[in-house]
Amino acid sequence: MNRKEQIIEALLFLCGAISVLTTLGIIAVLFFQTIEFFSEVSLKDFLTDTQWTPLFAIKHFGILPLVTGTLLITLIAIIIALPIGLSIAIYLSEYSSKGVRKIVKPLLEILATVPTVVYGYFALTVVTPFLQLIIPGLSGFNALSPGIVMGIMIVPFISSLSEDALYAVPSSLKEAAYALGSTRLQTSLKVAVPAASSGIMVSVILAVSRAIGETMIVAIAAGQQPRLTFDPRVPIETITTYIVQVSSGDVPNGSLEYRTIFAAGLTLFVITFILNNISFYIKKKYREQYE
Amino acid sequence: MNNEQVKTLKNNAFKIWAIIATSIGLIMLAVLLIKIGMDGLHRLSFDFFTALPSRRPEQAGILTALVGTLWVMVTTAVFAIPIGIGAGIYLEEYARKGWWSSFLEINISNLAGVPSIIYGLLGLEIFVRTLHLGQSILSGSLTLSLLILPIVIVSTREAIKTVPSTMREASYALGASKWQTIWMQMLPAASGGIMTGIILALSRAIGETAPLIVVGALMYVPFVPKSVFDSFTVLPIQIYNWVSRPQAGFIINAAAAIIVLMLITILMNGAAVILRNRWQNRVKW
Amino acid sequence: MSNIKKTSTKRQSEIVSAESTTAINEKLLGKNPSKPMKKIEIKNVHCWYGDFHVLRDIEMAVDPNTVTALIGPSGCGKTTFLRIFNRMNDLIEGFRLEGEVMIDKKDIFSRELRVNELRKKVGMVFQKPNPFPKSIFENVAYGLRVNGITNKKIIAETVEHSLKQSALWGEVKDKLHKNALGLSGGQQQRLCIARAIAIEPSIILMDEPTSALDPISNSKIEELIYDLKQKYTILIVTHNMQQAARVSDRTAFFYLGDLVEFDETKTIFTNPKNEKTQNYITGRFG
Repeated sequence: MNRKEQIIEALLFLCGAISVLTTLGIIAVLFFQTIEFFSEVSLKDFLTDTQWTPLFAIKHFGILPLVTGTLLITLIAIIIALPIGLSIAIYLSEYSSKGVRKIVKPLLEILATVPTVVYGYFALTVVTPFLQLIIPGLSGFNALSPGIVMGIMIVPFISSLSEDALYAVPSSLKEAAYALGSTRLQTSLKVAVPAASSGIMVSVILAVSRAIGETMIVAIAAGQQPRLTFDPRVPIETITTYIVQVSSGDVPNGSLEYRTIFAAGLTLFVITFILNNISFYIKKKYREQYE
Repeated sequence: MNNEQVKTLKNNAFKIWAIIATSIGLIMLAVLLIKIGMDGLHRLSFDFFTALPSRRPEQAGILTALVGTLWVMVTTAVFAIPIGIGAGIYLEEYARKGWWSSFLEINISNLAGVPSIIYGLLGLEIFVRTLHLGQSILSGSLTLSLLILPIVIVSTREAIKTVPSTMREASYALGASKWQTIWMQMLPAASGGIMTGIILALSRAIGETAPLIVVGALMYVPFVPKSVFDSFTVLPIQIYNWVSRPQAGFIINAAAAIIVLMLITILMNGAAVILRNRWQNRVKW
Repeated sequence: MSNIKKTSTKRQSEIVSAESTTAINEKLLGKNPSKPMKKIEIKNVHCWYGDFHVLRDIEMAVDPNTVTALIGPSGCGKTTFLRIFNRMNDLIEGFRLEGEVMIDKKDIFSRELRVNELRKKVGMVFQKPNPFPKSIFENVAYGLRVNGITNKKIIAETVEHSLKQSALWGEVKDKLHKNALGLSGGQQQRLCIARAIAIEPSIILMDEPTSALDPISNSKIEELIYDLKQKYTILIVTHNMQQAARVSDRTAFFYLGDLVEFDETKTIFTNPKNEKTQNYITGRFG
């Protein structure tokens, strides 16, 4: 009996340990391959070269074009998602009735469950042609269209988490503002939003981290051409799409080209790891504040 | 206009903007659904489901992709469900409060935030190359299992947390052991929440494309996989493949395949929502 | 159904249940069921939650087949005291106990003793009725199942017998497979008592068992406690002085972690020796 309990506990411990092994595995795989990569390419070239052409005859290994491509797309996505997501959050928490919130919230969350290839299809076949009508000279593949679509995709991340944060603001604070004759808008912007600011920040950071890691929308609609530019009208490539591009081709295992995807992956991992941990830190501080 | 009127005006203006903002997302969703419906609905036929991929768009079908998706889902579930529930139980019931449990917790939150393509790189090195499983269904499912593990773990923990501690005490007081208490009381009482989490996690896995491409799922598979060691493709990759082609016929195929994929995802999410509501309403302690 | 038939089935079931009781005892206590554990003696017992000293130097002896009421203001340690005997305090992180707790001359904190063996013999009824979200039948059967009893006939008979003992059988016999959460609060609490006695404990701990119930359910449970005394040793925590006076043989008064007075219930309520006891039972504080 006791023996059986011990075996079960050991098995459950193993299940828990798998999550740790996963993390260790990710770090080990990325590091080992990246170290091999840097035995052939200097760190200086990697960080300062302005071209990324590992698959060409004349090879350049500057990560910058991929990083700027990633940042550009993320920036566009946040410019779209932040005002929309935050307005929705304020509207749902401060204006709408309970009934409206109960219907709208899950509907918006559908946006987050749509597979990303579907968004890619949407960006390529609907948004890009539409934008081409407005913006002359917009290339068929560009950063703008997938950026906008990604923005729509991450709206529920911002609206849901921000709404939770706004909702958690003690109603006594809001009532004090109303008692002084504030309108709902004034109360929301001057009392509720500042009080919920750390929660809102967490939602934005998580949305950014999600946008940086997003792959398929960009792979389909942004053109897969690494280019050091902040012009949203031309084709670009992000870190994630480069990995997909190499993986769908025939790059031999163990070659330098093969290792580039791990160096790119490590860059991506480090960025999202830092962002995620900033958000955990804020969340933890914010929780202590209220308890 | 006096100050009061300006205040009211601004307030009303915001209200209108907020309603527009809320609608933008929903309108986009509607446009998306209408667009894929218009593009792809007429392409859906019996043949589309039973045909192998082809160079000619009008003869191509999704059979191999659909079967591949089913294979990957079932094997992913086989790995992820027991391990995820086990880890959730361990964290909630066994791990002592202290550095180890907070380390595990931070670790799982971090894993949940790792971009899915990174899991692809992990799977490529560990499963495909080191363990020599090749570019097989098994490698793909193991990779996806690790990807959705944090979702299963977190929902298991949340579901167990909702079971009142008086259940645990009542069971212990009758001489039940720790595992008997968990297996016979806690898990059945938490099953609704755990099931909901599992369905959501699997519906996430069904839509994943990037990690499977990295692990080596193929773009073009002219045969139906017969075992977990076969190479494979899945619906999202088939869609990606078709979207990437210049011919209009393939775009239509992509739209039709998207309808199938969306139906599966919506059905799964709907089931999860219904399950969650029923579970929450059924037991009121 | 005719009256005669009813009586005969009833008698039959009593005979069978007597047999099944032996079967359970054999299963629970081994082939040679020694005298069931009933007598409680504790000496020099101290308890802590972390640094908080909840119980100080408690000494007490409880005779078999008696009802002992534990009274005292909130936070005096009486619930902690109750939970010593089935070691439920062990589940709380930071709990520590020193001293000697003997049930039938056996130290219940000794290494040889398995805690779930102890809990089979020391049943517990909680403050709020806490039936499992399962059928009425499964609630009562649970204690048997976790103790390795699989014989369906024995389980069915024990369930019936326990429900009869807890005076619930008549109300639930037609809906044994309905969810227990559909019962009223008073019925749920009697179900919890049935669940506790199904595994034939020798001691039953009750932690304010009627505080969440209406007066009618309350009096039903009190009657039940009186009946159960014939078979079990009962310790009951209560905030209700009348209840303590009605159901118990002896009463222990706790105050701020000390056992202030322990005597015949009659003596405690009519002629307490300590002034604090006097003040408490007359309602001057608490």
